[in-house]
Amino acid sequence: MSETSVLWEETVEPGAAWSHVLKRGTSLLITDMEGGANVGAIFYNFECPAERFNLPDTLKAQHVARLTKGCVLYSDMGRILCSITEDTVGWHDPLGGCSNAQSVACKYGSAPYQQYRNHFHRNGRDSFLVEIEKWGLGPRDLTANVNFFSRVTVDDDGGMTFHPRNSMSRSHVELRAEMNVLVVLNTCQHPLDTNPKYEPKPVRLSVRKARPVGAADPCRRFRPENLRGFALTERYFV
Amino acid sequence: MSALLVESEREAANATYRSVVPAGESWIHEIPKGAYFRIVDLEGNQAVDTLFYNAHDYSDRYSAQDTIRNQRNIYLTTGTRLMSSAGHVMMTIVADTCGRHDTLGGACAAESNMVRYALEKRYMHACRQSFLKAIVEWEHGMDKRDITSNINFFMNVPVTPEGELNFEDGVSAPGKYVELRAEMDVLALISNCPQLNNPCNAYNPTPIEVLIWDGQDH
Repeated sequence: MSETSVLWEETVEPGAAWSHVLKRGTSLLITDMEGGANVGAIFYNFECPAERFNLPDTLKAQHVARLTKGCVLYSDMGRILCSITEDTVGWHDPLGGCSNAQSVACKYGSAPYQQYRNHFHRNGRDSFLVEIEKWGLGPRDLTANVNFFSRVTVDDDGGMTFHPRNSMSRSHVELRAEMNVLVVLNTCQHPLDTNPKYEPKPVRLSVRKARPVGAADPCRRFRPENLRGFALTERYFV
Repeated sequence: MSALLVESEREAANATYRSVVPAGESWIHEIPKGAYFRIVDLEGNQAVDTLFYNAHDYSDRYSAQDTIRNQRNIYLTTGTRLMSSAGHVMMTIVADTCGRHDTLGGACAAESNMVRYALEKRYMHACRQSFLKAIVEWEHGMDKRDITSNINFFMNVPVTPEGELNFEDGVSAPGKYVELRAEMDVLALISNCPQLNNPCNAYNPTPIEVLIWDGQDH
């Protein structure tokens, strides 16, 4: 991982949600503590949340249907919210979306707070909605999400397959903020997780100071499109 | 991919609504539950960027991720149920003479054209310009936050098992169509794509026709 200074660290518990404004020039290292974690994530420009992560632009600008080191996450305004600067997994899923109350109840049964206390079942969509409401956002602001640590492949006929054990214990991915980015995460299971049990996993977060993004930065040079994406992002901060 | 092509039994002459939408124009219209909605690729290989909203609650809208996950397949064709963000079935594709449609490629925008092609492309017409103009003129309080990941009817965006994604030549042809049944009252929003920088419109954007059979007796 990058030579950086750790500003603070914390653990996001299984099935929980987290949000933070990751400032331009800082990084978020996410570590899968036990293996098999899933981190659903959405991103907004904190200064103007109408500018937000755009999944199609991210995929088509980089000709990818998976995310890994070198890829960046585009906003709908042609700017880069975050870059993926480190990755020991090799494949993060941009296709599967998130679970919802209905799918979690159907798959894992009912587990309300009254009986289960803080082990009650949570789901991706409601976790996102509750967390973005804290920032004044609502259902119209919910966008397509990324699933870090999970892998869904597409066969020649378009069929989607979830691959268990994509991420091992201590696997990590690092996001470098290229803008002041409202990052909203949850550790709910991937909606296509083949595990029949409700077993979300914890992740460790480490917020660090990032080094300046040079001309030879691997994310900048990943694609010619990214050169222009970085140029547009840098113009925004002039 | 060898999708089964399914024709519709409905006659164009019996449609209760017909309209030709030129390339570069938008179209916004309500479609009641039970109605059938057809989009015809009049001249072939024309991308039709399309969004659907619950007509009674625009925050409940078409969700590309929920739709592809629900059917475990990234391509849309006959039998596909279009899912909303709140988990409702909005539309079902009941006929398709093209074979498959994209929902990962999104809409072109002035800003994404700058990234994808050149900074100078900012001033070319793009789908998001059409979408934004349409929702402003609709006067129901919609704004950019309502322009989410859309369907691209007649567009071919294959994904490989290795996780590559590309825009390729269309698989459509003159007169090909897709037809959907509304499973709830929906608002449909279309941008007939003006993109000239990639093969999604065969570098020649052309008109489409939209038809509605409104009622249960067709």
